[in-house]
Amino acid sequence: MNPLLEIRDCTVRFGGLKAVSELNFAVGEGELAGLIGPNGAGKTTVFNLITGVYRPTSGDIRFAGKSVVGRRPYRITARGIARTFQNIRLFASLTVFENVRAAFIMHLSHGIFHALWRGPGFAREEARIDAQVMELLEIFHLGEARDALCKSLPYGDQRRLEIVRALATRPKLLLLDEPAAGMNPTEKQELMRLIRFTQEKFNIAVLLVEHDMRVVMGTCHRIAVLDYGVKIAEGAPDEIRKNPKVIEAYLGQEEPAHA
Amino acid sequence: MFERPKTLFAVAVALSFAVSKFSGGVNPYYYDIILSIGINIILAVSLNLVNGHTGQFSLGHAGFMAAGAYTAAAFTTFVPPHHIATTLFFLLALFAGGLAAALAGLAVGVPSLRLKGDYLAIVTLGFGQIIVVILQNIDAVGASRGFSVASGYTNFFWTYFFAALTVYVIVHLVDSTYGRGFLAVRDDEIAADAMGINTTKYKVVAFTLGAFFAGIAGGLYAHFKQFISPDGFDFFKSVDIVVMVILGGMGNTAGVIFAAVLLTILPEWLRTVSGCTFLPHWLRDVAQNRMILYSLLLIVLMLTRPQGLFGDARLFRRTPKFKKP
Ligand SMILES: Nc1ncnc2c1ncn2[C@@H]1O[C@H](COP(=O)(O)OP(=O)(O)OP(=O)(O)O)[C@@H](O)[C@H]1O
Ligand SMILES: [Mg+2]
Repeated sequence: MNPLLEIRDCTVRFGGLKAVSELNFAVGEGELAGLIGPNGAGKTTVFNLITGVYRPTSGDIRFAGKSVVGRRPYRITARGIARTFQNIRLFASLTVFENVRAAFIMHLSHGIFHALWRGPGFAREEARIDAQVMELLEIFHLGEARDALCKSLPYGDQRRLEIVRALATRPKLLLLDEPAAGMNPTEKQELMRLIRFTQEKFNIAVLLVEHDMRVVMGTCHRIAVLDYGVKIAEGAPDEIRKNPKVIEAYLGQEEPAHA
Repeated sequence: MFERPKTLFAVAVALSFAVSKFSGGVNPYYYDIILSIGINIILAVSLNLVNGHTGQFSLGHAGFMAAGAYTAAAFTTFVPPHHIATTLFFLLALFAGGLAAALAGLAVGVPSLRLKGDYLAIVTLGFGQIIVVILQNIDAVGASRGFSVASGYTNFFWTYFFAALTVYVIVHLVDSTYGRGFLAVRDDEIAADAMGINTTKYKVVAFTLGAFFAGIAGGLYAHFKQFISPDGFDFFKSVDIVVMVILGGMGNTAGVIFAAVLLTILPEWLRTVSGCTFLPHWLRDVAQNRMILYSLLLIVLMLTRPQGLFGDARLFRRTPKFKKP
């Protein structure tokens, strides 16, 4: 069977810099996969390629058997890929509830005229969305905060809210860019549980970019390692941990920090 | 209160109708101001959809108003009324004006929506000036001499009917799941896109609908003043409307309505001040130049209340709790 997401020989250049180079990588349906690498390795760039923010200089990206290269980001989301952002991008002037509600627009059956006329069909759909938003918020323990401005939430909650908002688009593949950043150890434990739970409950595939090794190793079945845009290793968490190339790539980065 | 939008709209219309029955005896000077207020409410609330809710900085609203004013005026001037009722004829003219403005909005909107912030402001400003220049050169509508409109169809009722319609449409459009798209585009376009929201479509809808109502306002204005000239729709008119939106608080409809009322009355009041001989000369000079005062007002406002006078009070917004019918 074909994988859900398939990145084939993808290269992206920014001027003279090859941010991603000849990358081959696939994520299967319902799989929990990880993408790691030192700072500037090109992980976020891979996310931006998959979601259509950047276009690959060469290569192809296929999702559910069809190429997504050159599609506008909102169309790619409609095909079933949702993401969170490394530098949180919530809708700052909206409440927690409204942030999630905005992600339901894609699945609306009503449009301008229903919104103006407000017949029974409109009210029914709004009531249904209302209930679904609340259900999602409750799952992620954000129900209490529904009317709070999203800016006012603690950092960890904002990251979780971004996950909820992404899930509201009903994706088949969820891309998480450093969801544990800024979380304390308890929140990280809870996050790992939530990622696994999400994957099971909604039966979606997850691609996780994360610097916290404990989180990556504890959630993902398979991990790919990027260094300077090149994939240097791929395999199960145990293999990755022992891989000399990976150790070298990380040591090269971390040694000065320890000195 | 806003749970029953259609009832509310009906009440507003009935009220305009009732009041219009008593407007005969009103002092013409005040009547003039009252109609101007209604027209400015339409302009400010419709610009608020673009600049406030959707977060696009348009400086060309007067251009759309001009397109509507001239189209509607040309309609009542050149189209033979045949035997249709006057009211219907007038409504057709207004609609033609709104449509012309909407098309202009589409024509400016689509190519310039890739532009952001200052660049969009410059393009829309340029567009407004182009409209003025074009109108200055069309002889059939009087070119730069101006265009006299024979029929003064605009009255209290139609002015406030369209003001109520504008408020109804924009408030309820934004206050729905569909409408969250405008706010999402304003807050973070990249995130909106990633949530499956067609950001281009939302911007085009905002531009076109905003322009449509500006065109209606233009048609009402033309048949109220019965004389329009291209320079009446120049850059300064656009700035007037932008100031109303900023003062009222971007995206805050109630605040913007209040600001439209305030900024229509203020110049009249200033005129009175500048006529008071017992006041010092410099004060009368300042009062005479409203652009200086507006600039000062804006500077003070931006320093003290950048969110506008009313900021996030958003009287027209609530988190809806829809009950199953
Ligand atoms: N739009 C862009 N223009 C130019 N260079 C870019 C652009 N986006 C990313 N880069 C460069 O590409 C490289 C990879 O960046 P990327 O953000 O993908 O790294 P990352 O692996 O996500 O790093 P981090 O762990 O710090 O988030 C970096 O050298 C970055 O400077
Ligand atoms: Mg990154």
